[in-house]
Amino acid sequence: MKVGVVTFPGSLDDVDAQRAVRLGGHEAVALWHGDHDLRGVDAVVLPGGFSYGDYLRCGAISRFSPVMAEVIEAAQRGMPVLGICNGFQILCESHLLPGALIRNDHRKFVCRDQRLRIENVATPWTSSYEPGAEVTIVLKNGEGGFVADADTLDRLEGEGRVVARYLDVNPNGSARDIAGITNERGNVVGLMPHPEHSVEDLTGSGTDGLGFFTSLAAAVLS
Amino acid sequence: MPRVVVDVMPKPEILDPQGKAVLGALPRLGFSGVTDVRQGKRFELEFDGELTDEVLAEVRQMAETLLSNPVIEDFTVSVETVAAVEAVE
Repeated sequence: MKVGVVTFPGSLDDVDAQRAVRLGGHEAVALWHGDHDLRGVDAVVLPGGFSYGDYLRCGAISRFSPVMAEVIEAAQRGMPVLGICNGFQILCESHLLPGALIRNDHRKFVCRDQRLRIENVATPWTSSYEPGAEVTIVLKNGEGGFVADADTLDRLEGEGRVVARYLDVNPNGSARDIAGITNERGNVVGLMPHPEHSVEDLTGSGTDGLGFFTSLAAAVLS
Repeated sequence: MPRVVVDVMPKPEILDPQGKAVLGALPRLGFSGVTDVRQGKRFELEFDGELTDEVLAEVRQMAETLLSNPVIEDFTVSVETVAAVEAVE
């Protein structure tokens, strides 16, 4: 598959995400925030970083960039979209996902190997995990506290749309230990931890994140 | 020149870690008596010409779509005349 990775001004993890896409068995296609063009990709990754310097709110400016108009339209047609960290923030600001990410409750930047449980394996990004799989994936954020009103949280839980949940510790004050969610259709996934950093033994902390990138192939074959 | 001010505040039920940090710093500086601090944002929008209802409606639209995130923030729109501001200053 051709998987686009968007680079915004201030993106940090776009090259790591491209590498993870290739290790997952796909062709990585660089997409530029200023282009109204998805270059014929089959899926899109919005990488981590500090797009537009996190000015105004994290993801608030990026959400109105030319490429996001195309991403939003494609996502609404069912294209798989994965937003990691800042990408998750952009997806919430775009209203492709409910809720918002606010500053960590303990006010410090957090950087750790985080244990997670993968709770929804029906998305194109998680289908290669076993249901309930417990994995360790790099987490690094300053504004990773997931919040939504109680009705929205109940609906996410009731519809099985919590994709990943923090285990052992809640690193950022996220409501109900939520680390990642999906939309109603299940094609858009937002995740605060960084699976693209956990894909090779060489660069540390295991390869548990690779499943997010190999899942796409499994989703297509099934 | 008319100025429209948009004040954006975190919703009461949303945790405000920045406000908490300021609240924690005040007693260390010898200021006492403050029981809570909430930190928001203030936007000053300058306009040429008259502030019609259409313009104010548009400002509310700006506030809803870009200046605030309605999921976590509330906003208010108010009008200031620059002459009044200068008098105060």
